[in-house]
Amino acid sequence: MAIISAARLARTFQTKHGPVQAVRGIDLTIEAGEILGFLGPNGAGKTTTLRMLTTLLKPTGGAATIAGHDLATDPAGVRRASGYVAQSGGVDPHVTVREELVTQGRLYRLTKSQAIERALELADDLGLAELLDRKTAALSGGQRRRLDIAMALTHRPRVLFLDEPTTGLDPGSRADLWDLVRRLRDEHGTTVFLTTHYLDEADALSDRLVIVDAGVVVAEGTPSALKLRYGGSIDATLQDTFLAVTGRGPAPADTTPVAV
Amino acid sequence: MLLHDTAIIFGRYARQTLRSRFAMLFGVLMPLLYLIFFGPLLTDLPLGARGSSWQVLVPGLLLQLGLFGASFAGFSIIIENGAGIVERMRVTPVSRLALLLGRVLRDAALFVFQAVLLVLAAVALGLRAPLGGILIGFAFVALLTLSLASLSYALAMKVRTPQEFGPTINAVSMPAMLLSGLMLPMSLAPGWLDMLSHFMPFRYLVDAVRDAYVGSYTTSSMLYGVVVALGLTVLAVTVGTRVFRTAGA
Repeated sequence: MAIISAARLARTFQTKHGPVQAVRGIDLTIEAGEILGFLGPNGAGKTTTLRMLTTLLKPTGGAATIAGHDLATDPAGVRRASGYVAQSGGVDPHVTVREELVTQGRLYRLTKSQAIERALELADDLGLAELLDRKTAALSGGQRRRLDIAMALTHRPRVLFLDEPTTGLDPGSRADLWDLVRRLRDEHGTTVFLTTHYLDEADALSDRLVIVDAGVVVAEGTPSALKLRYGGSIDATLQDTFLAVTGRGPAPADTTPVAV
Repeated sequence: MLLHDTAIIFGRYARQTLRSRFAMLFGVLMPLLYLIFFGPLLTDLPLGARGSSWQVLVPGLLLQLGLFGASFAGFSIIIENGAGIVERMRVTPVSRLALLLGRVLRDAALFVFQAVLLVLAAVALGLRAPLGGILIGFAFVALLTLSLASLSYALAMKVRTPQEFGPTINAVSMPAMLLSGLMLPMSLAPGWLDMLSHFMPFRYLVDAVRDAYVGSYTTSSMLYGVVVALGLTVLAVTVGTRVFRTAGA
C-alpha cells in the first residue's frame, strides 16, 4: 500500500513575465517505510513539490494522497500524518531549545504536561538533552539540524519530508544525520522523503531515487538500477548517472577558466 | 481550538516582548517627545475645542502611537519568514486565524501598555480627563492596533523584503497621520482639507477619542468612531487571515 502517491501534480506560478511552470506534472508512488531520495538540478521543482506535498502550497493541477489523506480535501489529515523540515529549518534564534520543543508540542495539540514530556523524550532521543536551556542561536550546525528534525517528529508522523537536510554540515554531522534517518525508518517504520544535492548521500541512504528535471520525473529506480541503465554499468558513479539523466554532460577539461 | 491555538501563539510572542525592555518601551518614545516638546506650545492657543489643549493632543498622540507602532509590526514576520518559522508553524495543524490573532493580540497588549505610560506622563504634565474617557481611548488604541497590525503582517507576507516593506509603510503612515488630524483637530482646517480628511478612516477614531476625553460619550462622532474602528478591524483581520492561509502563492 503506497503511503505517498501523486498523479500529475503541478504548480504554475503567475509572475510579471507570464506564467512559470515550476512543476509540470509529477507522478510518484512511495511505499511505507521507504527512504526516497528526490534529486534534480537547481530549479527542477524539488522544493515546490515538497511544499505542495506538505500543504504549504496549493497545487494548480493533479492530486496526491499522503497516508490516505487527500491533499486537496483533507489538508489537516496530511498535516497530522507528516513532518517537514525546510532547508532553512525554522527555529527562532532567541528562543531556547526547550521552549521551541514544548511550543511545537502545543501546536500539535498536546496538553502542557504531554508537551513537556514529549520535549524531554525527543531531546533524549536526538542527543539534545544537554542543550535544552540553550538558545537555538548557540547550537552548532549539526545540533540545529537535529533540533529541526526533533520539531518535525513531535507528533510521531508516518512520513518525514526533509529538504536538503545535510547542506552545510561537516562530515561527522552528516554521518550522524544519516544514522538518524536510518534509525527512524528501522525503529519506527517512518517513511522518509528527502531531497539532496549530495549524490554520495543519495547513494548511501536511499532505497530508491526519483530524479526530476524541469518539473517532471525523468528517471526513477534503485541507485544500482539507475547506474546500470543510464550510467552504462553498475560501477558507474551516481554523478555520471545523474548528469546523463538530466542531459548535462560533464564540462570538457579545457573550458576550465584560467586563473589570472 | 481557535482559543487554545491563539493563546499559545500569543504566549510565544508575549514572552519574546517581555524579554526585551527595548521592544516594550521603544514605541512610546516618539509620542512622548511630542507630548513634552510639542504639547506645551498648544496650551494657550485657541483650538476651538472644549476642554484643555491636552484633551485635544493626547487622544491624537495615543492614535499616533498605535498608527506607527502597529503598522511596522510586519517587520518581525519578514525576519521570521527568512528563518522559516512561519512555514514551520503552517505545517502543523494550528489554526491559520490563530497564527495571526496571537500575534496581533500581543501587539494590541503592548501598545495599550505603552498608551497607559503615555497617559500617565500626560497627567503629570497637566492632562485632566474623565476616567471613562481615558478607558475608551485605550479601547480605540486596541482596535486600531489590531487592524493595522493585521494589515501590516499581511503586507509583510506579500512583499517579503525589508527594502520594500519599510518605504511602503512610511508612504502610507505619514499622510495617514497628517490627514487624520492627530496633532491638531481638523476643525481648524480650511474646507478642502477638512473634506479630504473625511476619507481617512483614522480621523473618525481620533474625533471619537477627543469626545471621550471631554466626557461626551453619546455624540455622533463617537458612533462613527466605533463603527469605523470595528469595521476596520473585521476587514483587516479577514484580509490577514486570508494571506496567512494562502501564503507562499
